[in-house]
Amino acid sequence: MARRSSTARTLVTTLAAWIVGGIIFFPILWMVLTSFKTELEAFAMPPSLLFFHWTTENYATVQSRSDYLLHAMNSIVIAGGSTLIATAIAIPAAWSMAFAPTRRTRDVLLWMLSTKMMPPVGVLVPIYLICRDTGLLDTRTGLVIVLCLGNLPIVVWMLFTYFKEIPRDILEAARMDGATIGRELVYVLLPMAVPGIASTLLLNVILAWNEAFWTLNLSTSEAAPLTVFIASYSSPEGLFWAKLSAASTLAVAPILVLGWFSQRQLVRGLTFGAVK
Amino acid sequence: MATQQTQTLGRILVAPAVVVLFVWMIVPLAMTIYFSLLNYNLLNPGAESFAGFDNYYYFLTDPAFLASLGNTLVLVGSVLAITLVLGTLVALLLDQTVIGRSIVRLMVIAPFFVMPTVSALVWKNLLMNPVSGLFAWLATAVGLQPVDWFAQVPLLSIVLIVSWEWLPFASLILLTALQSLDEEQREAAEMDGAGAVSSFVYITLPHLARPITVVLLIETIFLLSVFAEIFVTTGGGPGLQTTNIAFLVYSQALIQYDVGTASAGGLVAVVIANILAFFLVRIVGRNLEA
Amino acid sequence: MGRITLEGVRKSFGSIDVIHGADLDIEDGSFVVFVGPSGCGKTTLLRLIAGLEDVTAGRILIDGVNVVGVPPAKRGLSMVFQSYALYPHMSVRGNIGFGLKMAGLPRAEIARKVQAAAATLNLTDYLDRKPRELSGGQRQRVAIGRAIVREPKAFLFDEPLSNLDAALRVQMRLEVTRLQRHLGTTAVYVTHDQVEAMTMAHRIVVLNAGRIEQVGSPLDLYRHPANLFVAGFIGSPRMNLIGQRAAARYGAATVGVRPEHMRVGRDGAGGAEGWAGTVSAAEHLGSDTFLHVDVPDIGTVTARCIGERDIVIGDSVRLDPEPDRVHRFDRDGRALP
Repeated sequence: MARRSSTARTLVTTLAAWIVGGIIFFPILWMVLTSFKTELEAFAMPPSLLFFHWTTENYATVQSRSDYLLHAMNSIVIAGGSTLIATAIAIPAAWSMAFAPTRRTRDVLLWMLSTKMMPPVGVLVPIYLICRDTGLLDTRTGLVIVLCLGNLPIVVWMLFTYFKEIPRDILEAARMDGATIGRELVYVLLPMAVPGIASTLLLNVILAWNEAFWTLNLSTSEAAPLTVFIASYSSPEGLFWAKLSAASTLAVAPILVLGWFSQRQLVRGLTFGAVK
Repeated sequence: MATQQTQTLGRILVAPAVVVLFVWMIVPLAMTIYFSLLNYNLLNPGAESFAGFDNYYYFLTDPAFLASLGNTLVLVGSVLAITLVLGTLVALLLDQTVIGRSIVRLMVIAPFFVMPTVSALVWKNLLMNPVSGLFAWLATAVGLQPVDWFAQVPLLSIVLIVSWEWLPFASLILLTALQSLDEEQREAAEMDGAGAVSSFVYITLPHLARPITVVLLIETIFLLSVFAEIFVTTGGGPGLQTTNIAFLVYSQALIQYDVGTASAGGLVAVVIANILAFFLVRIVGRNLEA
Repeated sequence: MGRITLEGVRKSFGSIDVIHGADLDIEDGSFVVFVGPSGCGKTTLLRLIAGLEDVTAGRILIDGVNVVGVPPAKRGLSMVFQSYALYPHMSVRGNIGFGLKMAGLPRAEIARKVQAAAATLNLTDYLDRKPRELSGGQRQRVAIGRAIVREPKAFLFDEPLSNLDAALRVQMRLEVTRLQRHLGTTAVYVTHDQVEAMTMAHRIVVLNAGRIEQVGSPLDLYRHPANLFVAGFIGSPRMNLIGQRAAARYGAATVGVRPEHMRVGRDGAGGAEGWAGTVSAAEHLGSDTFLHVDVPDIGTVTARCIGERDIVIGDSVRLDPEPDRVHRFDRDGRALP
């Protein structure tokens, strides 16, 4: 609302907005601050906001445990792998739905979205058993496959919406210029779709990184990504808050940065276009 | 563009995604149905016997089911109410002129991108711990008794955590919708003599009706499956106080290893979700021009 | 070289017939304009020739070869789109040269041809810019450059000037016409603007609801419209169409007289023929004067006078049609000789 506000009003709204934002953000801020405290400081009452002995020992402890790097690597492989594979399957599908639609296309798309709405518990048992019996339990491969399938509808949907925004004329012009469908894709469509593809990748990597149902149930140690690693702090030994905070900050920081860039994609991807 | 060639190619290209999703959905679902009709316990493999609809009967009449159903409804309903009301307020606030608005946006959106296990553990320990948590300190600072969150009000604690996680989503969606409200409509209302409140009730709120519905439906679909937060903080307890349907099925499958009952339960969850999905798909479908 | 023939071309979308059996012969080197109201099928017909849509029945021959089923890339045609459809991620040079690149020409030759096309269209200074940095008129010229550089058998234009402002449109009309005459390549041009059609075409094809109403040179259509539709479509302001008793006097169901063929005189002067009425609206442009006259029993008749006339609203006037400029139409709307 770009209203010609009075300065007083602007100050009030600014103050209110910052307070509200601050409150909402506070737990994260607190977590980051705690990560720089010693365990004793972390437990101390009253808690100190800024004036404590800052230390990076927790980060060192967390990173020196080889577990951490393994789990981080798992997160990267699983989130990245599942998203890339999903995108590879989705690009042709989205192209087809955007540029060669049939009467069934709308139904197919809606059906795909509906598979995302199925609660994972509904298929927990068979997926677990299939993974167990095919040796895919606690493997990166297993999780990559499961997460890929879980996110595929969203990837297809998002790419579909981005492809639809490419003006049909330009692709027809490429055809008139003598391009076969393959060259039309490579020389014209993909370069124009790069921002859309990047946005889709971004959002889905974030969603896969944070996924906490299949990762918790289908992995224990070897293939456990960071979601599971953090979960292990739920029954810890001894003082652990500062270490938990450090591990959490490391796990969450990259995603917070990526998340900042993917706000618009979030709206597009998760409301299935119902909100513009 | 709809020549024969492109259409045929189109069908070929869409096939892998369709096939893959079909298998992903149908095969496990079929297996779930199959298992739900069996007496199957993972601790006694090979001793399966046909149980007909017994599993459904046991699942649905088990007091645990009713308790978990109630918890699910309370959880979903509370989070929806909190996120929608607060989300609308936050969106309205951020729609105003605010200095440094992009930073405030970042702060408001951040919780959505924090993984659920981190959210839950940070809230449980750093904030809600009755001895050394921040809330405890705030309480004693004003002379109140600190709340032992997970012992006294476990479900409420989960509700708070999940609401915090989803508030950004609601805020962002509603803010996006607000910003798409034609400025000229508001000006026309002003010319027509509408004050701030009337303007909100007659112009803004109807405009938000659609996105609010969308947020409602999408959040419901995802909130039905809240799992990690419970897994990591209370394990469903104390007793059954924080067990929702998702967690109940999980505990039957992977804690009690009762596959049969868990499968029946899983299907019940699927049915509930399907009913809601039906409505969401209808709304989304209206937006598609495929 | 560039001769296009349509034989019994039909197009349906599902059960809806959009083009009903079109037969047309476009001579090599001619500038043919498809004109008609929105939805008449002119763009569809163009796209059928281009190969961007499949025909439901019929043949399309380019230089005697049936190209139905042949993909657009292989028909040897170029198209200029209404929205120009430039590749946003390529420079002007890249845009113009893309077709040549697809044809596999060596780079040196592509560069040479692009340079030549750019020079013809005054685009040399813009070769390295991206489309978003260009004005509407410049983008249009790039689209044309892209079309001419491939030396196609024919150019296809889909309402290329409708996105330009009025002044630019007039200028580009001249440029496109000049270019086509200079290159001598066949051109098929779609527009809804009959002024464009009249000024640019060798021959005009008037379409209405998927049917070809008439084909002829601009003046042919002006002087001898074959039916009511063509009569009312060609010519601005629209031909006055008068029916009932006034038409019966001429032995027809409807008669048509163009505003410019109405002689206007003050009431009381002139002969007994003609129609008397009151001026309800008068438009004084200086170069012309348009008078809208309410004639009892007939309706509003428009008359055009050259230059300034001091006739104002409320004046009584007498309208006399030039006798050999009265068009007569029968009950079915067909022209009577």
